[in-house]
Amino acid sequence: MGYKSIVLVKQVPDTANISGQVMKEDGTVNRSLLPAIFNHEDRVALEMALQIQDNHGGNVSVITMGPPRASDVLRECLFMGADDAYLISDRKFAGADTLATSYVLSEAIKKIGSFDFIFAGRQAIDGDTAQVGPQTAEKLGIPQITYAQEIVSINNNKVLIKKKIEGGYEILESPLPVLVTVLKDAVFPRPYKAKRVMAYKNAKTLMELEKLTEDNSLLYIDQLKYEYMSKHLYINTITMDDLKLDVERCGVAGSPTKVHKIESVVLTGNKHEHIEPNKIGIGTLIDKLMEDHIFG
Amino acid sequence: MVTRNNDVWVFIEQRGGKPADVSLELLSKGRKLAQQLNGRLKAIVIGFNAESIAKETFRYGASEVLLADHKELEHYRTMTYSRVLSELVDKYRPGVVLFGATITGRDLAPRIASFIKSGLTADCTDLQISDVKYLRNEYKNLLLQIRPAFGGNIIATIISPEVDVQMATVREGVMRLEPLEIPVNGKITLVPYQPSTLDSVIKIIEQHRQENKVNLKSAPIIVAGGYGLGTKENFKLVQELAATIGGEVAGSRAAVDAGFVTPDRQVGQTGVTVRPKLYIAIGISGAIQHRAGMQESNKIIAINSDPEAPIFGVAHYGIVGDAAQIIPTFINVFKQKLR
Ligand SMILES: Cc1cc2nc3c(=O)[nH]c(=O)nc-3n(C[C@H](O)[C@H](O)[C@H](O)COP(=O)(O)OP(=O)(O)OC[C@H]3O[C@@H](n4cnc5c(N)ncnc54)[C@H](O)[C@@H]3O)c2cc1C
Ligand SMILES: Cc1cc2nc3c(=O)[nH]c(=O)nc-3n(C[C@H](O)[C@H](O)[C@H](O)COP(=O)(O)OP(=O)(O)OC[C@H]3O[C@@H](n4cnc5c(N)ncnc54)[C@H](O)[C@@H]3O)c2cc1C
Repeated sequence: MGYKSIVLVKQVPDTANISGQVMKEDGTVNRSLLPAIFNHEDRVALEMALQIQDNHGGNVSVITMGPPRASDVLRECLFMGADDAYLISDRKFAGADTLATSYVLSEAIKKIGSFDFIFAGRQAIDGDTAQVGPQTAEKLGIPQITYAQEIVSINNNKVLIKKKIEGGYEILESPLPVLVTVLKDAVFPRPYKAKRVMAYKNAKTLMELEKLTEDNSLLYIDQLKYEYMSKHLYINTITMDDLKLDVERCGVAGSPTKVHKIESVVLTGNKHEHIEPNKIGIGTLIDKLMEDHIFG
Repeated sequence: MVTRNNDVWVFIEQRGGKPADVSLELLSKGRKLAQQLNGRLKAIVIGFNAESIAKETFRYGASEVLLADHKELEHYRTMTYSRVLSELVDKYRPGVVLFGATITGRDLAPRIASFIKSGLTADCTDLQISDVKYLRNEYKNLLLQIRPAFGGNIIATIISPEVDVQMATVREGVMRLEPLEIPVNGKITLVPYQPSTLDSVIKIIEQHRQENKVNLKSAPIIVAGGYGLGTKENFKLVQELAATIGGEVAGSRAAVDAGFVTPDRQVGQTGVTVRPKLYIAIGISGAIQHRAGMQESNKIIAINSDPEAPIFGVAHYGIVGDAAQIIPTFINVFKQKLR
């Protein structure tokens, strides 16, 4: 029994410190110049899935599509309590917009198998679009509930969810499976368990194992993979070859939106008039605003 | 190269039996885009007994309304609305489709874009029509979709050059509302509604909605306070000043987080976008995300103890000093002058 959840997680550049150099000529992001972090809302999404597991049993898988180093966030998910992790990675997936991202994610989900819930963050702090969740749901042909604030109850394969709407909230009842995108304050993500950190800090993706064999000619990839799998330290790795994909729908090729131009936001350097912080200064200011018919 | 239909569609969201402001703002903008493209502006209304909503769009330039009117469509529901709209967009393939970047718009638009396999640009703050040279190809009359990303740190211009339907969600408050003196003598075309199995899988059990009582967007004067006020007690000075000069109270996110002011009064990227005649920013540093919501104001007064605060960069008048002293002076002088 129990419910099977899949959580979509994304590694994002820490958008607190951005400069113009971070953007490449073609408008894509030079992520190597920015610290990469676990998108906060995705952590919240994972927590929601883990709470369902705590209360109802079942299991929780996490998946991310990204470059090989996105495995960092998958390890963090394992530290929190995820049962399995999947890295979806291939050069041909690079430069994807939300349409291409949701295509690959939905095909990977189909391969991973059946599920009751898919959880995602409402939005990622880099692209800020909030589109990947709904587009993945559409491609899987399942309903969605976005901007979720709380899981009210789960009974007989139906879930009640409280979601934000303009000026208030709604409680919706959905059958399963359903895709849910969560708001940042929905639940408070649990800290890492020390034991799990000790265990899973050595979990590795296929690319990371390949790296080990490159550095040591005595190691063979199949054997190594088998060893890691048996120790539950293998991070499932899915590449283009593992999925039946239409290349034309992946990565840059499958992305209808193109970044044509990027400007970093700079202050216009507008010359303002300095007003003295006293009666006279403020008096003249008020006179001006009266002349402009703003006051009076 | 794709051929593109010149029509501009706007999805009309509803609030308490009326079109949402953002939808009317989009019609106002859409009218200009359609003119430039030599196309027609169409409003898409989905609802129940929604004819008056449909007619309201003529005042903002729609020449035709596609109206799906049925009991089943009374409340916004993702599956129903997205199916109806996906089928319409797929059938007519308009060149541009616009949605408000509201909770509803951001729930609905991505499903449609996914269904028709087209590009969708999120959260635009400007839209333009222009010829574009991109990767050695020349494209005529593309929709430039201008949007902040990376937490507001960059402004990106997005294009969807190779698809026939260019879709975008647009932030509330950034386009000007421009009602026409004389409404267009438009027509309403009814779209028949045929229920489908997935439509009603999600049921609305409860709905609680309070129509926004504060209407910051239409206030001619806004007095906004920030974290620099220090305490809720001090923030009362902001309220007092607003009451004196006839303005609405607003705040920065830090002021909202500190509990000085309610979230519906937050100005900025994740709050409301405003462009009043006068915006007074007090104890607000002027972070990018705050400026994004107020820098189009007609006149801006910044009051801050730090002469280097970025808010002065967008201000027309700057007063350097302690808010706790400046606000009472302002109030007194104002009362003397305009008694
Ligand atoms: C400046 C800039 C502007 C952009 N503008 C647009 C645009 O307007 N339209 C557009 O289609 N694309 C746009 N993109 C591309 C878009 O950012 C990428 O497709 C990105 O990979 C996914 O979109 P997002 O970050 O907006 O995610 P969101 O849709 O905001 O993410 C929502 C949730 O989906 C899940 N998710 C998202 N990505 C992944 C992933 N790779 N793996 C697993 N789960 C994931 C996470 O749970 C996340 O919280 C833009 C990119 C840049 C750099
Ligand atoms: C994705 C994202 C979205 C965001 N969205 C928004 C948004 O919608 N709106 C928003 O406002 N912010 C938003 N923020 C937060 C924003 O980055 C800033 O943190 C916030 O605006 C700071 O608020 P503040 O200026 O009130 O506080 P602070 O930055 O702490 O500034 C306080 C100012 O008060 C001045 N001050 C101190 N004492 C006095 C005194 N006695 N008299 C006069 N001045 C004094 C200081 O010099 C300082 O300039 C967002 C951030 C992110 C990352």
